[in-house]
Amino acid sequence: MSVSVQEHDFDIGAETMALSDGAPEVGAVATFTGVVRCANEGVSVSAMTLEHYPGMTEKALEDIVNEARQRWSLERVRVIHRYGRLEPGDRIVFVGVSSAHRGVAFAACEFVMDYLKTRAPFWKREDTPEGARWVEARDSDEGSASRWDAGEQGR
Amino acid sequence: MTIKILYFAALRDRLGRAEESLALPPGVSTLGELQSFLADRGDDWLARASQRNVRAAINHRMVNPGDTVSPGDEVAFFPPVTGG
Repeated sequence: MSVSVQEHDFDIGAETMALSDGAPEVGAVATFTGVVRCANEGVSVSAMTLEHYPGMTEKALEDIVNEARQRWSLERVRVIHRYGRLEPGDRIVFVGVSSAHRGVAFAACEFVMDYLKTRAPFWKREDTPEGARWVEARDSDEGSASRWDAGEQGR
Repeated sequence: MTIKILYFAALRDRLGRAEESLALPPGVSTLGELQSFLADRGDDWLARASQRNVRAAINHRMVNPGDTVSPGDEVAFFPPVTGG
């Protein structure tokens, strides 16, 4: 199972090891872990609630993984995204990629995160001292995703 | 012949409903036409919102205003996503 959408935490050690265990072709493992920050745009955040679109979310993440596999020669790919209530320091997302060489692993890991940011149906609502607020999408996230359309590739 | 419409996140909060069932009105065959119909019906969020601020999916796939809506479809409207 390469994609999981879940409420509970995950073990980044176990997930990282699983990307190369029993896979002798693997020469590189690249991972990204997203964590809840205690502040966003200068406002302190005591907790956040992640909402998603059950049924679509898993499919959207699988599409992103498939697209990464079409672009690069990858061994294993793992994507985990949590939903529900999370507090600062809690892990939100894990992306891990293994391949023969590091260039491909780094590139594919970043690609999956960039696409996830603009294509996977998750929405964050933050609890702040002024009350709850929905997080607005950033233009820079669209920019990060679209640079992959311009042909930037890992080696 | 009806379609199911879902609303998420800030959009759902503003509308005060998470989903509805709608008989596909005559003359509505694209997502853009459905959006116009809902706006004319009084959902001013759709009238005011530029395309930038409302995204849509049909049957769990992100779509564009020109894409076709058919009876039985599940249509979802939501703000730009903010996961990760």
